[in-house]
Amino acid sequence: MSLIVKRAVFLYSALFILIIGVGLVLGAPFTVRLCVEAAAYSLIALGLNIQWGYGGLFNFGLMGFVMVGGFAVTFISTPLNMEFWNSDGPFMLLKVIIAAMFGAALIIGANKLPRFGIRGKAFRAAQIFAWITAYIIYRSQIDPAASYIEKTSTFVGGLGLPVVFGWVFGGFLAALVAYIIGKICLGLRTDYLAIATIGVSEIIRALIKNMDWLTKGTLTVSPIPWPVPKPQDFQAMGVENSLSFILARASFLVLVVLVVLLALYLVQKAYGGAWGRMMRAIRDNHIAASSMGKNVKSRQIEIFVLGAVLMGVGGAILTSFAQIFDPGGYQPINHTFIIWVMVIVGGAGNNYGAVFGGIFIYIIWVMSEPVSQMLFINLSAFSDGFGWGAIPDIESRSLQMRVFVLGLVITLALRYAPKGLIPEVIHQQKDEDKAGIK
Amino acid sequence: MNELIFFFNKVIISGAVLGSIYALGAIGITLIFGILRFAHFAHGDMMTMGAFITFLLAGAATAFGFTAPLPMGFMVLPIAMIIAAIFALGIDKGFYAPLRARGAKPVTLLIASIGVTLMIQGLIRLIFGVKSRSFFVSEPKNIFRIDVPFFGATRPISITEPQILMILVTIITVIALHFFLTKSKFGKAMRAMADNADLAQVSGINTKLVIRVTWIIAGALAAMAGTMLALDVTLKPDLAFNIVLPIFAAAIVGGLGHAWGAIAGGFLVGFAETMAVFNWAILLRPFRENLPLWVPHDLSIVPTEYKLTVAFVILIIVLLIKPTGIFKGAST
Amino acid sequence: MALIDVKNIVAGYGNAPILKGLDISIKKSDIGVIVGPNGAGKSTALKAIFGLLKTTSGEIIFNGQEIKNSLPDKLVPMGLSFVPQEKNVFTSLSVNENLEMGAFIRKDDFSDTLDEIYEMFPPLKEKRNQHAGELSGGQRQMVAMGRALMSKPSLLMLDEPSAGLSPRYVIEIFEQIKKVNASGVGILMVEQNAKQALAFASKGFVLAQGKNSFTGSGQELLNDEEVAKSFLGG
Repeated sequence: MSLIVKRAVFLYSALFILIIGVGLVLGAPFTVRLCVEAAAYSLIALGLNIQWGYGGLFNFGLMGFVMVGGFAVTFISTPLNMEFWNSDGPFMLLKVIIAAMFGAALIIGANKLPRFGIRGKAFRAAQIFAWITAYIIYRSQIDPAASYIEKTSTFVGGLGLPVVFGWVFGGFLAALVAYIIGKICLGLRTDYLAIATIGVSEIIRALIKNMDWLTKGTLTVSPIPWPVPKPQDFQAMGVENSLSFILARASFLVLVVLVVLLALYLVQKAYGGAWGRMMRAIRDNHIAASSMGKNVKSRQIEIFVLGAVLMGVGGAILTSFAQIFDPGGYQPINHTFIIWVMVIVGGAGNNYGAVFGGIFIYIIWVMSEPVSQMLFINLSAFSDGFGWGAIPDIESRSLQMRVFVLGLVITLALRYAPKGLIPEVIHQQKDEDKAGIK
Repeated sequence: MNELIFFFNKVIISGAVLGSIYALGAIGITLIFGILRFAHFAHGDMMTMGAFITFLLAGAATAFGFTAPLPMGFMVLPIAMIIAAIFALGIDKGFYAPLRARGAKPVTLLIASIGVTLMIQGLIRLIFGVKSRSFFVSEPKNIFRIDVPFFGATRPISITEPQILMILVTIITVIALHFFLTKSKFGKAMRAMADNADLAQVSGINTKLVIRVTWIIAGALAAMAGTMLALDVTLKPDLAFNIVLPIFAAAIVGGLGHAWGAIAGGFLVGFAETMAVFNWAILLRPFRENLPLWVPHDLSIVPTEYKLTVAFVILIIVLLIKPTGIFKGAST
Repeated sequence: MALIDVKNIVAGYGNAPILKGLDISIKKSDIGVIVGPNGAGKSTALKAIFGLLKTTSGEIIFNGQEIKNSLPDKLVPMGLSFVPQEKNVFTSLSVNENLEMGAFIRKDDFSDTLDEIYEMFPPLKEKRNQHAGELSGGQRQMVAMGRALMSKPSLLMLDEPSAGLSPRYVIEIFEQIKKVNASGVGILMVEQNAKQALAFASKGFVLAQGKNSFTGSGQELLNDEEVAKSFLGG
């Protein structure tokens, strides 16, 4: 055990030195911003660690949760759109909600039909009928409402509440979505679950992108407020430009780090206790666990939801930091795959590993661009000198390098360090002692 | 009658074209899953890579002054397929085979294939940039308009040359594959291995060779599908990224490991997509005067922006209700 | 001359060896039967010979050649064939296709052998185009054996061929095995049905805990008091 602890300390220190190095080369304002984003990503990675490292759940649609978190904080903290509240919009939305509830009641009612003796083909037919009817009723209300809102007030706007509320709501909304998805999908086998979750997150993405009345869609919502003073606020107090950025971002960083530490503490505590042991038992051997009477499916939903909370909060933090909610800006590479690389390289099943992976991989991800730009410029000068001409489009190409580097890192990690840099600590010795087995 | 022709163009022809692309891609996925037992996520990017190889070859051929009766991209396709097959073998040797030798779980191989996807994506974007390109810069894209001079139709049935080629090529491929799998010794060995890999080995079948042939077929078909797609639409780096999931949906719907299932699944998903976004109200237009006013003008099942979600919804429904697919494929 | 000579092999999965020094020797005319309590390593012995798990020490000599740790696709052309206990047919392939797979390594025209197999197992002839998965247990076992015989082996190894079969099929399978041996193929099989198998075995090997316990002809072992006491049951 102490070997892994030593390694963790070494790696974290090396990380710290790396960050200082980046700061020296690229300047403090940039580096502080990097740290805030890295911290938010490490929160998301922690969430995935819970789902995959503890639960063995293959969530490839985590981008959906991150988006939901981003949407939540946008909805909560964007100022009120008086145009909307003064129009018929709210009333029409009320009708939509009633229609949705009615539809849900129909579906739930149809599901309960077997109790009344209706089974087999009739039951299936009733279910299908309920779904279709619910869908038609919902569409009949939402279509006019959506186009009305878009025409009169662009979108519903926000609630104008404090930003941190938005973060909490992000976690809550992500949990809700996770619960629904979990109930439906968690029975599936591992690689099917992966594909299903990708599908679900794509559906979420399409919904958020196209529900202009709710999210303003591709027109994007900005600026989204900060929970701490912004650079502009510092400048108004007379602070010099670059220092204002450093101060503002640093205060944001402090807040985010607090959130990460809190999450880390809570999760680590749970992991060490009886709950954590049970979860690992289920992960390692479903069949044995369920034969011992543990309700595997509910536990899995629990884990799924818990991980989702962290992802939602992380997504909310990212969006409020960027001050803009752009549904089109979410790409699976940037928001799903990268997290997986973080957890696998960092160490699945180890919280410190996940956080480390989060920060480390994010830095690699961001730094690939300037580093490759430098490489390309030098190469370009080289080939130019040879008379082959300069390399065109260096900027956009360097951006693409990030993708390649990410893929390379994950394939190398799988081949040479499949358990990650800070791997899971197997408490085998202790558990066996506790059970009295030699 | 015009409405019917519109329906034919937008649903039947588009559905057949889309279905062909999905079918060709899904065959590769299902063979790899049946024989190698993992979900090859990088297939979409193999399709894109194949398309880009064809693009390079076609450009080179035109630069050298070759002309042909059919689109140049189509003429160089066989060579591109060979190159793509070699690439596929190389990718397996470099990335998947070492993990398999270590006894890696299917999940690990899936993640590895995602790493491969990212690398191919990155490389393609690096080398070619992110712009869209067209195969039809130096030659025209032939569109055939077939007039239907009866029942008062004024609209022609329209189909492009690449689309005709695509449907033809798919039909030929399907037939060839069928004969290969049912009549040839090696094809049967592939089916045997997909059925029971251990027993195949015990029977003395050269499993390593079967795996190699699988990658060759998968790579070649991916190149074909990708090129066809690029000829039909346009060539860009994330060409096939959106296609990966519909292709998986097609393969799963048809039953993983069954090539015929993949083909059927491909067409099912293709037609489902075109039918779901079609505004059925258009077919009611001739009867407009007789219909009550409350019948809406837009009777599409989902709005056009949600076209890609149709495949995902089908996928999720199939995974939940019948994960083994229509033709009862492998689920383990 | 011995067809196959297994000398003092140590083999198993991972770190703990299951076979701890095993000797088996069979001539072409032999019907060799391996019996013993569960966990003694009977199936492991066959799998070790066929290269399906690692043999860490000892020798396995087949027709004068060392074949230790060789893979099946080398062994089948050499004349070795194996019928596993479970999952021993290709369920989604037809009976005929199953047999064709058995002949995969053959480069000559094998239609004669195909006819011979159908002669040996008449019920299969009318079911030749049916999927093997639809057949009954006994018929499946026939397909499994037929598949292994298509490569014209000189040594046929079977892992519990009578497992799960009704008594009628057990007798029939054993009859087939005797016929195959009479046609010039050496037999080495593991059997749970010890008494019935030893009755026609020319060589019997009793295993216990990964090592030889008793060796002799089938009749000798049946008559031996100690063998009867320790596990034949009575």
